[in-house]
Amino acid sequence: MENLVEIRDVNFSYDLRPVLKGINMTVPRGSLATIMGLSGCGKTTLLRLIGGALKAKSGEVRVAGRLMNELDQEELYAMRRRMGMLFQFGALYTDLSVFDNVAFQMREHTSLPESMIRDLALMKLNAVGLRGAQDLMPSELSGGMARRVALARAIALDPMLIMYDEPFTGLDPISMGVISNLIRRLNAALGATSIIVTHDVQETLRIVDYVYFMSDGIVVAKGTPDEIRSSETPFVHQFVWGEMDGPMPFHYPGAPYHRDLAFGPAHA
Amino acid sequence: MLDALRLIGHRVVNGVWRLGYASRFFVLTLMRSGTSFRRFRLTMREIYFAGVLSLIIIGVSGLFVGMVLGLQGYETLQKYGSAEAVGTLVALSLTRELGPVVAALLFASRAGSAMTAEIGLMKATEQISAMEMMAVDPIARVIGPRLWGGIISMPLLAAMFSAVGVFGGYLITVVVIGVDAGAFWSQMQGAVDFRQDILNGVIKSIVFGIAVTAIALFEGYDAPPTAEGVSGATTRTVVTSSLAILGLDFVLTAFMFTGV
Repeated sequence: MENLVEIRDVNFSYDLRPVLKGINMTVPRGSLATIMGLSGCGKTTLLRLIGGALKAKSGEVRVAGRLMNELDQEELYAMRRRMGMLFQFGALYTDLSVFDNVAFQMREHTSLPESMIRDLALMKLNAVGLRGAQDLMPSELSGGMARRVALARAIALDPMLIMYDEPFTGLDPISMGVISNLIRRLNAALGATSIIVTHDVQETLRIVDYVYFMSDGIVVAKGTPDEIRSSETPFVHQFVWGEMDGPMPFHYPGAPYHRDLAFGPAHA
Repeated sequence: MLDALRLIGHRVVNGVWRLGYASRFFVLTLMRSGTSFRRFRLTMREIYFAGVLSLIIIGVSGLFVGMVLGLQGYETLQKYGSAEAVGTLVALSLTRELGPVVAALLFASRAGSAMTAEIGLMKATEQISAMEMMAVDPIARVIGPRLWGGIISMPLLAAMFSAVGVFGGYLITVVVIGVDAGAFWSQMQGAVDFRQDILNGVIKSIVFGIAVTAIALFEGYDAPPTAEGVSGATTRTVVTSSLAILGLDFVLTAFMFTGV
């Protein structure tokens, strides 16, 4: 299957702090991939590189065959019109109603008549089950509803690539299930390709086709959800099963315990 | 000693860097202002928020400032037997100085701080990033209309402040104290020159409008995306704008009215 996203030997650093160290990754067209890892491991940075918000210091990030590092502003914007992104807390425009949020991109990028924009926006809202909430303001929505509106907004222009940055953060189990099912269903219905950046393991493994595990700026494991579940790699095992101790130690590095307590030389 | 020098050097370099960054941001906003005029509805919305919603504070303040000017002016002028000249004093003080300056200070604290907080919170809640990811330029879509909304609103607010102020002066001196109305208005009409006084006042208010709005928008756009960052940026907007207004007022007055 043809790859929509190809990442080759990508390095990236903030000032002098390296965040990504020689990352290689491919996401086939039509698939649903996830990038998992601990906070600060570089997964959101990778998503920003794919979206063209950051430029790799070395290596290649290709989306639909185009090298993202080399696009100028106009080409980048043309590419982004074919991408959708769901932000961690929705990032809805707080001065616009639910309907206007979904219609925002259509009004900005198309010259469709208002009647058609209305129909299209209502169809997107219907797909996430919130057609009835079209007149509400973002401040009147629950966390789960806001995330669904943001999802409807992300798919407003039928993107070829949808990126999800921590889509499950702060959601109750029902909302989480609703969002994950929507992600799976919409990806299939739109014929899109999706990349989910998350650390909600069980919910994500249920819906994705392929998993990349990152730690400290490198890909430490990859495979299908079943391969990941049965992985013997200590880090992956600890992460997937939420074990307290393992390669990622429970204790933050510090002086020996006995020295900090009354048994050390300071108390002798 | 060396540490103190290093700290001073660091602050100076940082300040110059920030000034350069702010100038670049301002030029970029001007260059991408096409949207503000092509889709004037966006600018009109900002005129409503920055201008129309400031009308009450501008009107009430203008009325009180005009009344105080009338009272103080009458008290002084009557000692020299020229109480009728109070109309001239009120009108010249307002059109040349107090109208543009006080209206700009009020504009900075009401509309400027609101702009900074709004942009800063949009950044903190990733609304600006979302716009960029949707291939919509936030400078053109969010910053430009606000800049032009502020620039258009400011002279109108200053004119409103001066007009209400003159009315306040009239109320106190003519209606309450009993100065002759004909003398009040005719002396004012004779002394106030359209080009020298009113137009220069309008020019001042446009310059203040540019300064306040540009500072407010830059501070919001540059604010660290945290609650503390946004609150700090809002405070900086009011402080920097106020100092800029007073400094610019001195420079403009020196050029306009004293022939320096």
